[in-house]
Amino acid sequence: MLPAGLVLLLSLAYLVGLFAIASWGDRRAEAGRSLIANPLVYTLSLAVYCTAWTFYGSVGLAGTGGLAFLPVYLGPTLVCLLFPLLLHKMVHTAKAYGITSIADFLAARFGKSAALAGLVTIVAAIAVLPYIALQLKAVSASIAVATGLSAEVGAPGLGIDTALLVAILMAAFAVLFGTRHIDAAEHHPGMVLAVAFESTVKLLTFLIAGTIIVYGLFDGFGDIFARALDAELGHLLDVSGPGFSHADWLLLTLLSAAAFLVLPRQFQVAVIENVDPDHIRRASWLMPLYLLLINLFVLPVAIAGVLLSGRPDDMTVLILAERTGLDWLVMLVFLGGLSAATAMIIVESVALATMISNDLVIPVLLRWPALGFAQRPDLSGVVLLVRRAGIVVLLLLGYGFYRLVGTGYGLVGIGLIAFCGVAQFVPPILAALYVRDANLTGAMIGLAGGFLVWLYTLVLPAMIPPDSALLTAGPFGIGLLRPQALLGLELLNPVSHALVWSWTVNLGGLLLGSLLATQSDLERVQALQFVDVYQRAGVTRPWHGEARVEDLRALLARFLGKRRADAALALDARQRGRTAAGNASADAALVQLAERQLARAIGTASARVMVASVVRGEVVGPQEVMEILDEASQIMEYSRRLEQKSRELEAATAELRQANERLRQLDHMKDEFIATVSHELRTPLTSIRSFSEILRDVPDLAEDERAQFLDVLVKESERLTRLINDILDVSKIEAGKMDWHLSRFDLDAVIEDAIAATAGLFRERGIVIERRLAGGLPEIEADRDRLQQVVINLLSNAAKFVPEKGGRVIVTSGVEDGVVTFAIADNGPGIPAQYLQTIFERFHQVGDTLTSKPKGTGLGLTICRHIVEHFGGRIWAESPPGQGAVFRFVLPVATPLARAAE
Amino acid sequence: MGKRVLVVDDEPNIVMSLEFLMKRAGFEVQVARNGREALAALEGAPPDLLLLDVMMPELDGYEVCERIRQRPEWNATKIIMLTARGRDAERQRGLALGADRYVTKPFSTRELVEQAKQLLGVA
Repeated sequence: MLPAGLVLLLSLAYLVGLFAIASWGDRRAEAGRSLIANPLVYTLSLAVYCTAWTFYGSVGLAGTGGLAFLPVYLGPTLVCLLFPLLLHKMVHTAKAYGITSIADFLAARFGKSAALAGLVTIVAAIAVLPYIALQLKAVSASIAVATGLSAEVGAPGLGIDTALLVAILMAAFAVLFGTRHIDAAEHHPGMVLAVAFESTVKLLTFLIAGTIIVYGLFDGFGDIFARALDAELGHLLDVSGPGFSHADWLLLTLLSAAAFLVLPRQFQVAVIENVDPDHIRRASWLMPLYLLLINLFVLPVAIAGVLLSGRPDDMTVLILAERTGLDWLVMLVFLGGLSAATAMIIVESVALATMISNDLVIPVLLRWPALGFAQRPDLSGVVLLVRRAGIVVLLLLGYGFYRLVGTGYGLVGIGLIAFCGVAQFVPPILAALYVRDANLTGAMIGLAGGFLVWLYTLVLPAMIPPDSALLTAGPFGIGLLRPQALLGLELLNPVSHALVWSWTVNLGGLLLGSLLATQSDLERVQALQFVDVYQRAGVTRPWHGEARVEDLRALLARFLGKRRADAALALDARQRGRTAAGNASADAALVQLAERQLARAIGTASARVMVASVVRGEVVGPQEVMEILDEASQIMEYSRRLEQKSRELEAATAELRQANERLRQLDHMKDEFIATVSHELRTPLTSIRSFSEILRDVPDLAEDERAQFLDVLVKESERLTRLINDILDVSKIEAGKMDWHLSRFDLDAVIEDAIAATAGLFRERGIVIERRLAGGLPEIEADRDRLQQVVINLLSNAAKFVPEKGGRVIVTSGVEDGVVTFAIADNGPGIPAQYLQTIFERFHQVGDTLTSKPKGTGLGLTICRHIVEHFGGRIWAESPPGQGAVFRFVLPVATPLARAAE
Repeated sequence: MGKRVLVVDDEPNIVMSLEFLMKRAGFEVQVARNGREALAALEGAPPDLLLLDVMMPELDGYEVCERIRQRPEWNATKIIMLTARGRDAERQRGLALGADRYVTKPFSTRELVEQAKQLLGVA
């Protein structure tokens, strides 16, 4: 037991110290050296999630439900994995549009709707009341345990109970902390620093207390668990037990994940107070680590409590601390619990007070002409006053809820009621971020419906006796409407049950409303701005209205004060290189700036109304919507085209690469061709030069030698000439510069002429030539001389390869299927199969060297192929083993049409 | 005893002129029609000089040159490469493979005979 005066003194000292830290944080931030621009501080500020619920309540629950306390931490751990996607987009959006709260966020997305902002605020405020009650209960209970005074009896000498005293103190503290500035979008660096500090305090105290309890009162974890099994507490270690099914695990995990994102205080620290979206990535693993650490001792401590005091209790940590007999430890644990509670109350009340003033009170004041607020020159004082009053009222209402239901419920039970209430924001938030077609009607219906179901299924049962007829028999005796078993759903625990039904109604309403109603122009614009925030934030919207800079300045001054209004406009002017003076008319960017500045003070919805009052012409009309939609489709079209372009580019690159490769090949082939031609020319030239020099240098040459050498000279000269002619032919044909002389003729006649031209050669070598000509062939249309060249070439080739004795050549002609056919067969060595194709390539000679026959040019067959193919025919070689070579070509019969044209 | 020259080329007329020139310079002349024949001829008694054409069927001149230079007992044999392909890279290749001279066709018969004499140390 500690003396009450000491506890009060130390508590106050702690709070003063906390305030000092906050002031330090604010001063450092103002000096431009903020202490919170750090992912660790950001993570610790997110740990405001762990409140007195965690510090006291988890242990209490673990004492009865065992591991059932865990889903509340599994949910956030899982949602942390989504942080880089989900939270990043929320933060990015909130920053882009100067969002001040979760109410503001939803209102802005759904067409800057004041009604939605109001509804969200009401839901949030009511949902959070149990949560605040929980903290008050925990703190007052901890005071009772620490000092030995009964919470109900009240603080001595004050005539009020401790819970109310705590509420008043907390309210005062929250006012001091959170409402020093009016601009809600501006960060509260001092508050964040204090919260981070408190997160450190509660973690460390819990770890210290846990260690001392586990190792001081017991012999470590193993000892505790062993004794638990001996005492038949094994069920506490099971994953699910009576009244807590696997479905409950899943649903509570989901619920906690939801709460971690959308609780007003979590939204405040995670989104509004975020100074750098990059911190999110680090927090996404640091936060789970924090949760793991703070839960490390929950179960052992809970079991220790049951073992030592015989019953589970929310205050087990404190009770066990007393058992150690260490007064300092009792005080430490008490302060840890106090820090967990104060952090929650401060941030929650600041967040809610902003919502209450911006989205509930100020809009009403402004629209209530009788109050004359709309005309008051400076409203900044009023805004601050409303916020402070909001904080006080909130805490008093929380106290009221505590008095109403608090005594009957455990800490976790109360907390889960709050979770389920705020979880109603999840469907509209997700829709706001990812579903362009979700609309205001849907959000309103869904939220209101879910909220009512929550009230009916969870809050109402908490406020009436558990054995009342409404709960057991249902309203008017209708069993299907029993609040805790709607439509007969009895399998789940009350919280899971409420979550299932409220989310069902919420989602259904959102869907139905979005399907049935249409979006207003402003809604469509806002929907695009939110869903496509990464592409759009910062894009100046088109605007066709008219406004004067001075009017905007006056408007800003009323809510922000003259100094800050001037500063904001001057900064904007400097940034855009203009003077911010006089009667100049404001452009769209300036109007938007004013609206955003104003939104920070009074919320998006009210800001829009205020700006509209000094701006002539609709800020957003159908035309703007069309332009923005157009822009959206343009962006899509643009990116589609870009994609296509890049695909085309890729294809073109591939083609170019191919073409390049082909060019290189061709270049290489050309080089090769020139080298080969040069070689082919040099070879006869070498003989010619050598023998010429010999004839010149050797006067005493024998007569027969002289004759032989001169003969070589003549032959090599002829070869050179043929070569040059062939090369010219090939290059002419390949370059498409050959002059073709078309005529119609009979192939047989050409064959006869060619045989006549080579008769000398054949006679000389004693080669027998056999004609098997068809006679009466249809005419073909080609260049007669060139075709004769082909036949002569093939005849000379054949003559070259037949054996020296008994050489035999058969020439055949015929007609079939519209083509005239030609074949020449010899009884030479034949052509190896692998060369049947390549012999038609330039300078590809086969077998010459195996014979002593004079060399050809290596171009003859190439020329033949070019000529035949030029006239639509085909030429090829066959070589049946052991039967010599056969060269064949076919040429199309001249068409009647062509004949008619002749 | 006279120096021996092996003429290797697949062009009969060029072989004929080389044979005539070498004999007239006082050398003993042997003829091979391609690389394979040339190596076969070396196996018997390596000549003092090889007039080696590059572009030949079967084994080309480079290959023949390389194989000769791999055999220490044939190191004494001088090699003049004769080629109708006169590009610098080919010349470098020939010399790198161990040819003593690299002569581009068509060549001056006087110079060729002069080089042959020089290589063989005949005045």
